[in-house]
Amino acid sequence: MEMINAEIFTLTYGSMVRQLIADHEDVEEVNAQLDKMGFSIGQRLIDEYLAKSKTQRCSDFRETADRIAKVGFKMFLNTTATVANWNAEGTECSLILEDNPLTDFVELPEQLGALKYSNLLCGVIRGALEMVNMDVECAFVRDVLRGDDVYEIRLKLLSSSTEAYPFKDDD
Amino acid sequence: MFQSRGSVGIVDKPFSRQGKQEVALSSFSYLFGEVVQYCQSRVSNIGELERKLDEVGYGVGLRLLEVLCYRERAQRRETRLLDMLKFVHSTLWKYLFGRQARDLEQSNTAEDEYMISDSDLFVTKYVSVPREMGHFNPAAFVAGVVRGVLEGAGFPARVTAHYVPVKDQARPKTVILMKFQHYSAIMQREQRIPG
Repeated sequence: MEMINAEIFTLTYGSMVRQLIADHEDVEEVNAQLDKMGFSIGQRLIDEYLAKSKTQRCSDFRETADRIAKVGFKMFLNTTATVANWNAEGTECSLILEDNPLTDFVELPEQLGALKYSNLLCGVIRGALEMVNMDVECAFVRDVLRGDDVYEIRLKLLSSSTEAYPFKDDD
Repeated sequence: MFQSRGSVGIVDKPFSRQGKQEVALSSFSYLFGEVVQYCQSRVSNIGELERKLDEVGYGVGLRLLEVLCYRERAQRRETRLLDMLKFVHSTLWKYLFGRQARDLEQSNTAEDEYMISDSDLFVTKYVSVPREMGHFNPAAFVAGVVRGVLEGAGFPARVTAHYVPVKDQARPKTVILMKFQHYSAIMQREQRIPG
């Protein structure tokens, strides 16, 4: 995989968030826009992930979450996450990130306390999983920029369906 | 203007990983693609689109100047124009693209215009420009970075990116054209610097 200096990536993301904040007045709109952009990135990223990692189909949600944390994050962000806090049915879990390359050098001012700076990541995960027929809800519950000590993304599986072929055999 | 909320300010944290951290090129390409799409949705013509990309690059350039001067150049920032150009040509390019830029030359027609040229910038590797968009150059982002670096150092300039076809090469090379403003004032300022 071709690698580039991570700081350009970090600075470009920061510049983009600055543009979004300047263009929209409401912080919630910026959050929604970041999620939407992440969603369309995720829809394309899943192809690259599947091609490069040559994995078989995941057997259940646990394995999915594990693959995202270990393989996915490593491949694209060069950092790993850990999976924790499973609920009883195995449909909800947390991805815990120690360091997040998107937020190097970033400090949130008081006025933007409601900004979910790394919301792009949530959109990416949601978009990628949707393309493999898994509907999930994805949100940050702990964020270093807001004063916590790690980044925690809560991942909730809503529904998953099997592959639907776009054509009928009878025709 | 903005109040800091943390007890440890961002400038007190150590530079832990010293610029060696790497990230996949594809992540940057996805992000850049989204940036271009977002800018496209908010403008009505190519000139504005290039200007928006230039704005995004400008913010990056301003901050890169600080980081690079602190890290690479033993905390000294160049004050002469030619030294600054050499800084952009070697240090900045090496940081961004892993190698020095191909050429640095002064324009024949105007003495306040300089050009840096290079080919195959990774920024535009996965961006293809449809024919309807004519001469749009997504390397306007790189031009914005250079503009941020130059203006941050006190050399205001208009920087633009152009495609120039090259003989024996399939793809055109990208030329970053820098037109310095207040060139005579800059030259006078240099005269006053001792040594």
